[in-house]
Amino acid sequence: MTQHDQTKPQESLNIVIVGHVDHGKSTLVGRLYADTGSLPEGKLEKVQAICRQQGKEFEYAFLFDAFLEEQEQGITIDTARTFFIWNGRQYIIIDAPGHKEFLKNMISGAARAEAALLLIDALEGVREQSKKHGYLLSLLGVTQFAVVVNKMDLVGYRQDVFDGIEKEYREFLGQFRAVPQQMIPVSAKMGDNIAVRSGNMNWYQGPTVLDTLALFKKEQVRSEQPLRFPLQDVYKFDARRILAGRITAGRLKVGDQLVFSPSNKTAVVQSIEGFNVDPPPAEAQAGQSVGITLDEQIFVERGEIASHRDSVPLVSTAVRVNLFWMGRRPLEKGRKYVLRLATREVPCEVAVIHRIIDTADLAQLQESQSVARNQVAELTLRVKSPLAFDLSSSFESTGRFVLVDEYDISGGGIITELVHDEQEGLREEARQREYAWLTGDVRSEDRALQYGHRAAIVLFTGSAQTGKTFLARRVEALLVADSRHAYLLEGENLLQGLDADLSAADPSFASERVRRYGEVARLLIDTGLIVVSTSKTFGINYQRMAEMIRTLVQPAPVIAVHMSRAGEEPPPNTDLHFAGPQDFDAAARQILEELKKRGVLIQPSGTKTHIQYSI
Amino acid sequence: MKHLRQLEDQSVYILREAYKHFNHLAMLWSMGKDSTVLLWLARKAFFGHVPFPLLHVDTSYKIPAMIEYRDRIAREWRLNLVVGQNKEALAAGMNHTLGRDVCCTALKTNAMKNLVEERGYTGIILGVRADEDSTRAKERYFSPRDKHGDWDFRDQPPELWDQFKTTFPPGTHIRIHPLLDWTEINIWEYIKHENIPFMDLYLDRGDGTRYRSLGCAPCTMPIKSTAKTVDEIIVELRKSTVAERAGRAQDAGRGMEMLRKKGYM
Repeated sequence: MTQHDQTKPQESLNIVIVGHVDHGKSTLVGRLYADTGSLPEGKLEKVQAICRQQGKEFEYAFLFDAFLEEQEQGITIDTARTFFIWNGRQYIIIDAPGHKEFLKNMISGAARAEAALLLIDALEGVREQSKKHGYLLSLLGVTQFAVVVNKMDLVGYRQDVFDGIEKEYREFLGQFRAVPQQMIPVSAKMGDNIAVRSGNMNWYQGPTVLDTLALFKKEQVRSEQPLRFPLQDVYKFDARRILAGRITAGRLKVGDQLVFSPSNKTAVVQSIEGFNVDPPPAEAQAGQSVGITLDEQIFVERGEIASHRDSVPLVSTAVRVNLFWMGRRPLEKGRKYVLRLATREVPCEVAVIHRIIDTADLAQLQESQSVARNQVAELTLRVKSPLAFDLSSSFESTGRFVLVDEYDISGGGIITELVHDEQEGLREEARQREYAWLTGDVRSEDRALQYGHRAAIVLFTGSAQTGKTFLARRVEALLVADSRHAYLLEGENLLQGLDADLSAADPSFASERVRRYGEVARLLIDTGLIVVSTSKTFGINYQRMAEMIRTLVQPAPVIAVHMSRAGEEPPPNTDLHFAGPQDFDAAARQILEELKKRGVLIQPSGTKTHIQYSI
Repeated sequence: MKHLRQLEDQSVYILREAYKHFNHLAMLWSMGKDSTVLLWLARKAFFGHVPFPLLHVDTSYKIPAMIEYRDRIAREWRLNLVVGQNKEALAAGMNHTLGRDVCCTALKTNAMKNLVEERGYTGIILGVRADEDSTRAKERYFSPRDKHGDWDFRDQPPELWDQFKTTFPPGTHIRIHPLLDWTEINIWEYIKHENIPFMDLYLDRGDGTRYRSLGCAPCTMPIKSTAKTVDEIIVELRKSTVAERAGRAQDAGRGMEMLRKKGYM
């Protein structure tokens, strides 16, 4: 072994430095590098020369405050990433700005950290951003941190000053059960307790800052958790159809049966693909970006979460969250946002603003209609279509999300509770039914090839007398004339037979009728048919009925067609909307076009029938 | 090599996000060690394929061996190579003696801007690393550029939990930086681990010097070194405290901040 092998890093650790503006974060970083000999040759001299030229006193902070403006104003504007190696470990030091104007930059820095140092100025004591940053670290999931009480030289290195700050700050952190690993008295400017133990504070027996870094543990591997594999993309560059993504928890192996949520589709892992990897891996684990092939060409999309059957993620259309807002304009009830969770993107709205949290004293502010920039709030969010997720207390990556306002990521949050919605019971029924479904040797793929189309449901919605039954009949006729296998499922037909045991006069049976209708539709879909669904509403409103049917026919493709008399708003997730008097033939052809576009009707290409799945 | 695998996983994730979100995507390839590692990572991400064009901004002052290497790799890896050049500026006699920042801005920054504009790219992938210089240390993985290609470092978008800025107003574009977390040593460790072909200009070929960073011939100086293998480069770098880009003239003083604000890579 040569001398250099000893310094070769075995691992790397992301550390963020946070705290109130001017409490000395950049100075601490500069000092740490200077005292460990980690600065590039000439860097110190170059910055000193610039200082002389501009006629100002050299500060260690200037080493990393790169922008002219940062040096002129003496504050850090944006997070910098620097690297140094110490005792076999590479540290990536993220210096985050402390000024409240730049909170979003602090969050960008802290969100990628595995551990943090939080600085407090001994002279100024605990300030607004000291508290806010402490609270946000906890919200961001950075549980490993130390508090550094800086500028001890300015208070004569007095223990009582340090003890007072320690007591006050520990009490604050205790309110949300955060516990620092260390509280360290230092002077970054003078170099006390940074890399070397200070002779000025013999009353302190704990580790230095550098020792503390070494005590931080590498993030616990998440591979022992249940599997979470959010699907990122589906590739078809060559003969292989590869499902790509990054495993966020657990592990997967060739031969594992995967369940995709929220679609409930299942398939078996056939291979784990790679480039320049020999032999191909048989197993992959949390943190890895991988690609897999499946035994069956099921249709799944980016955003679904694959797991094992015995531990599936939660699914709902509403969640309770803790959120911090960084948007240019306030977060408001009623405005449309996009929620991004792992690789899923779904439109959402704020249903309830429960409370705004004042991070200075964690007090509850009065109810509000909006959340301002840099505020933290407890909310209920409602998403447009079912979302697969976890609670942040059990899974990190699939338990948190960001909100996008127009072009910008404007908020981030963690999911604290599932909010029950109306569909919950049916969703669970559909899920259990799909898992337990037994099939013969004929796969849905084989049927699709034989029939020239995949199975699907064309779901008509709209109030009475809008012509939807008439159009549904046209669609069925047009499909059959085109040699497709289609069937008009008329709700009326169930009433005398399957529903004969439910009294027609009793409105309490309405949902049961819809449930039965949905299950019949699911059965017909499994035979490979294109089900054209039209029905009276059994006495409940068509929006709710459509939601119930959608939930029950999961995982089949749904083409939703809404008909209305005049400009009324179609239900969520409508694919085609016809308003007013219609040319029914043209409308029916349009629906067939939509079926082609969605890949349900297979287009003959040459002499060979080709199924396009990656849509 | 666990830390290399972690870097690779993150870079691959970023590349796949870029490919998913940008219809007009391209990757900048200078044939240097970093952008060649980046190109290799694209082949990792897309299982041997590179599903977007590679842009080379040719200043006409590149070392000839670089062009030979470029054409050979492009052929062997079946790359879609697009070469851009600021012919107007060259015809008007632009060269480094007119001022290095003037020359870099004309032949590199403007040549790239023209290319981006002409072809309508909305996402450009670059091999920029945070440890190269202090302005790059403040970059995002997905970093927006305005209509003039300028970088507004005072107001960068938040970036957290692997959620990146992938939506943007028309007329602007996004620079994508999958190598931000890599250091110079990581690059060489990975080249060795994956056996990636690289230019021998990086090695001492007998005269006791080698290039540590490659750019235009007049503005790039070799360093004193006897490293003849990748292993020897890694050993040398572990000992060295000299900045990587010390041989690159345009970095002197505040040069890089000014250049990058105006859209330099």
